[in-house]
Amino acid sequence: MHEMGIAMQIIEIATASIPAEEGDVKVARVNLKVGKLAAVVADSLRFCFEIAAKETPLEGAELGIEEIPVVARCKECDVKWTIQGPAFNCEKCGSGQIEILSGRELNIESIEIADEDNENADTGR
Amino acid sequence: MLIPGDKIQVACHHQEGHGHTHPHSRGDTKVHNVKSGRREIKVVRRVLDVNEKMADENRELFNRHGIFVLNMMSSPGSGKTTTLEKTLAAIMPEIRCAVIVGDICTTNDADRLSVSGAPVVQINTDAFGGDCHLAAHVIEKAAVNIPLDKIDLLIVENIGNLVCPAEFDIGEDARVVILSVTEGEDKPLKYPLMFRESDVAILNKTDLLPYLDYDVAEAVSSIRQIHPDMPVFEMSSKTEAGMGPWLDWLREQVRDKLHMG
Repeated sequence: MHEMGIAMQIIEIATASIPAEEGDVKVARVNLKVGKLAAVVADSLRFCFEIAAKETPLEGAELGIEEIPVVARCKECDVKWTIQGPAFNCEKCGSGQIEILSGRELNIESIEIADEDNENADTGR
Repeated sequence: MLIPGDKIQVACHHQEGHGHTHPHSRGDTKVHNVKSGRREIKVVRRVLDVNEKMADENRELFNRHGIFVLNMMSSPGSGKTTTLEKTLAAIMPEIRCAVIVGDICTTNDADRLSVSGAPVVQINTDAFGGDCHLAAHVIEKAAVNIPLDKIDLLIVENIGNLVCPAEFDIGEDARVVILSVTEGEDKPLKYPLMFRESDVAILNKTDLLPYLDYDVAEAVSSIRQIHPDMPVFEMSSKTEAGMGPWLDWLREQVRDKLHMG
């Protein structure tokens, strides 16, 4: 539901990340890390991104979304494990005192810029 | 639209054994196999860092004034406004309160809450694109209209929605999620982030239990599955039955915050 706002933030950050010396280039791909706990639906984000990217350097860019599993650490027995379903008790000792190590990410890792020679091939779709 | 060579993402986050493989792995010097003819530029930024920075600024502002800020969230119709009305009536004037209330449209909730005598600021997010949540910059604007020197507790009634508000820090000290007994017992399992990120839960409308086939134990167990140690207050805002422990918790938070400042 809030994916449009997130898409717009991605476009803002990605556009600001294009080095000044690159000039007027097109971004071919944005690589994201999205934790499984993040309230983001990938399909919805792609749909919004495609619309929001129109008339920006990101128009037509792909979104590469890497899903990050939910990894937790038990504060009682120090065991680390990957949470598969909706259950947040320690899988070893059952404690509820846990720390979420990953799975909340919503990060832009990198952008990929198409070299001019290849730009036609990349944007010809 | 699927682009040739693109990977299909599974929309459901918690489906196990999703069929696609990741070319990425941690610790690699390259995050992703960049196609020839492309150059990768590292960014490594949190997408919501602008919101997070503003939330921290809000938090600093509220801390300076020793105000405890509570972010109240739930699905539409679970009783946020009634809970607020009854809560304000019980703790005022002993605790000086203000309210920010978010809705997409109408000032109905603000009208109901202003009867309490507390300053109420209504936010209509249709001016912000009909947003489904309150973000930190909206709270910053609303806070300008609140007499910060004259209050101890600020309650933010978020937009009725169990998904998006969980993702947005607004500068609060604590989050309360309200679940009512007319909703499914398994709601916490369906909206894990909301219940994971909340500090306490209210199970509301318990006065309706005689008329429903609702399993309270199952609902509490669903909450505990997501957030094992979270306090759950079973109560009815309408009849005020069972509100005591909730009010005690809230008073204690406000007192602790005052002593910190």
